[in-house]
Amino acid sequence: MLTPETEADLAEAVCAATGPLRIIGGGTRPIGKPVAGEVLSAAGLSGVSLYEPGALTLVVQAGTPFAEVEAVLAAEGQRLPFEPMDHRALLGTSGAPTIGGVVAANVSGPRRVQGGACRDYLIGVRFVDGTGAVVKNGGRVMKNVTGYDLVKLMAGSWGSLGVLSEVSFKVLAAPGAEASLVARGLSAEQGVAALSAGLGSPFDVSGAAHLDARSSDEARTQVRIEGLAGSVAYRAGRLAELLPGFEVVEGAQSAALWQEVRDVTPFAGRDGAVWRISVKPSDGPLLAGLGEAIFDWGGGLVWLLVPEEGDCGAAAIRARVAELGGHATLVRASEAARAAVAVFPPEPAPVAALTAGLRAKFDPRGILNPGIMG
Amino acid sequence: MEMPAPDASILAKKPRVVARLAEALPAGAVISDPTETRVYECDGLTAYKCPPLAAVLPSTTEEVAAVLKICHEEGVPVVPRGSGTSLAGGALPTADSVILGVARMNEVLEVDYDNRFIRVQTGRTNLSVTGAVEEDDFFYAPDPSSQLACAIAGNIAMNSGGAHCLKYGVTTNNLMGVRMVTMAGEIVEIGGAHLDAGGLDLLGVICGSEGQLGVVTEATLRILRKPEGARPVLMGYDSAEVAGQVVSDIIKAGVLPVAIEFMDRPCIRATDDFSGAGYPDCEALLIVEVEGSDAEITEQLGVINQIARGHNPVELREAKDADEAARIWLGRKAAFGAMGQINDYMCLDGTIPVSELPYVLRRTEELSKEYGLDVANVFHAGDGNMHPLILFDANKEGDLETCEALGAEILKLCVEVGGCLTGEHGVGVEKRDLMGAQYSDADMEAQMRVKDVFDPDWLLNPAKVFPLAVTASRRDFAA
Repeated sequence: MLTPETEADLAEAVCAATGPLRIIGGGTRPIGKPVAGEVLSAAGLSGVSLYEPGALTLVVQAGTPFAEVEAVLAAEGQRLPFEPMDHRALLGTSGAPTIGGVVAANVSGPRRVQGGACRDYLIGVRFVDGTGAVVKNGGRVMKNVTGYDLVKLMAGSWGSLGVLSEVSFKVLAAPGAEASLVARGLSAEQGVAALSAGLGSPFDVSGAAHLDARSSDEARTQVRIEGLAGSVAYRAGRLAELLPGFEVVEGAQSAALWQEVRDVTPFAGRDGAVWRISVKPSDGPLLAGLGEAIFDWGGGLVWLLVPEEGDCGAAAIRARVAELGGHATLVRASEAARAAVAVFPPEPAPVAALTAGLRAKFDPRGILNPGIMG
Repeated sequence: MEMPAPDASILAKKPRVVARLAEALPAGAVISDPTETRVYECDGLTAYKCPPLAAVLPSTTEEVAAVLKICHEEGVPVVPRGSGTSLAGGALPTADSVILGVARMNEVLEVDYDNRFIRVQTGRTNLSVTGAVEEDDFFYAPDPSSQLACAIAGNIAMNSGGAHCLKYGVTTNNLMGVRMVTMAGEIVEIGGAHLDAGGLDLLGVICGSEGQLGVVTEATLRILRKPEGARPVLMGYDSAEVAGQVVSDIIKAGVLPVAIEFMDRPCIRATDDFSGAGYPDCEALLIVEVEGSDAEITEQLGVINQIARGHNPVELREAKDADEAARIWLGRKAAFGAMGQINDYMCLDGTIPVSELPYVLRRTEELSKEYGLDVANVFHAGDGNMHPLILFDANKEGDLETCEALGAEILKLCVEVGGCLTGEHGVGVEKRDLMGAQYSDADMEAQMRVKDVFDPDWLLNPAKVFPLAVTASRRDFAA
């Protein structure tokens, strides 16, 4: 296993590689086609490079444990606003997730629907491309249109375009209060319609999810608001008027509801393959017949639990998603199943040609997590 | 500023190229008479001018594809153009290029409130996107100052921002999908009414690529419900340092204003004379705006005003009603017009870490004295996006050159303190030759590889973004 501790060592390791490299951070997200190759761990690149709370800016080495990043920010009353999922429960992995892994997988939780994804808060990257060259893009300021935006391209590229060495974020103050409005027993259609009403209100909803009856004791629909205490109380009251039958839950009780959605814990420890599907929110309920479902992002992010047999439902799910518009990724399945099924969504030919072209340019030898995204 | 010499073989075959374009497009969509192509000789950066070979104004994506296919076959460079409001020369033609204007493509294609998006043709202006949904209390968040005129096509090309992006983000954070035509004339769909990419985030790199990767003809944009209300507060301070500290303290305090605007003394004076806004006479003025219901606004301003008072303001004025709110914004919104009335000016837009604000303002003042040209500052302070306005006299020999040299110094200063050359206007031709101050050759090489994939012949929007010396081998090879 290669464990560089500096960017220069990382560049040298990639440069010197003679075969495929399997790039890992904390190794808690074994998603994608299985990759054969020498393990290159970024975990040795660790530590905060720069933190300016007054400028809402954090620059951190890619291998820094995510928990450490959270602790550093919490000490100043700040946080990464995109609420990344911890995959350990769902995928049955252990170890310490790294910030670089969060970026490489563009992991974004319930707050994505309001504030944006990991890629929206990522303002700079440094990485080593497949030739061993060190590249920087973006920087440490939150408004920057100088040159092409490779920052977005690196987010969610799963290490296939370059190995991240450093990442910069816009951070935000953690709010003083939160509350959720919760209803029980709604159908998926009713639930998503209520979420849409909440998200279309002026009350700045920061989470909107529905768990079907099999994933909770009873179907549960929930809408979250965060902010200053007075404002949260006001908006909770207004939303309660807008959404009859919803009850207000506050503080830690509210936070627990969202951690469950964020980490998809109802599917943790249970048999079956898990899909992550992004569609137009009102289309979400149309997928409910294909498996047990948890809807986040107002209905637009659908987690599906299906039997792990045959193609894990790939053909049926992808055909339906193709009709609706969107994409489906097989997040959890055995290594054999992931080797047999396209884990990431197959792209239409012209888009696939662009994607393949970019891979060939950034990693001409095809050594960085080859084939991980199919 | 240097531009590559026009390709004589292209100039020579103008009649054939024009005939082919005219055959592919409806009557009146091809402009080739030199008196008429002059309309397209420049954009908002009027210091540089060059009429194009021809201009085309297609009405559909298919027509755009036909134009690009022809130009691709003929090896003719294409310069995409939205409304031509770029301050960076993003739509500046070369003599051997065809201007592809999307102005006739301005329809709203779909509005979906349940799923909170609007799909438009990209020739539509920024403000009229909000115009299409505001009766139903929705809006499109990015709001560049030119929003009355600027097109969504240009917003996507430059990843435009605005005064309210501290809270709502810039174009890339509000763009969900595009329909785009590549230089080879192929139509691709990327993203849509769903969130995020299933594979590589191509949308993320297309947004902000200054029209060099493809021509975007349709866009799916996120729309938001309007807040219940908004209220600004005005603060005056005796020094830029203190005002900078106030900005920092506010964003740390857990309230997120939608806007924090900053004006320095030269700018305050000029705009106040012009607009009669009644601004205090002080070194630094802040306008902070928050949103919500009355009660929520009061709660947020309670936190903000406490911070403001703690730093001994010369003046602290909260708008009591819509009229007073308008008066607070009056001067800020008139700033560019006011400056334009007293002088020619060049508007820069480098971004700096907020913590470097006092140093950058001090150093800018020193440079201003050194070069003998006045500089007024008005900018989005919450995110460090400066807008130094360098005042010069376009009719005075050498003044423009001095202005450009001073501008380059100020932008290099932004980079030195950890910032960047451009926060929302784009590189275009204006900052092209300064790219080396921010990015190494390897950094630029990585960006140019993206161009190699989307436009292997380097025909789209030539001679922009990257220094000519850096792109020379690619342009020679393609030719």
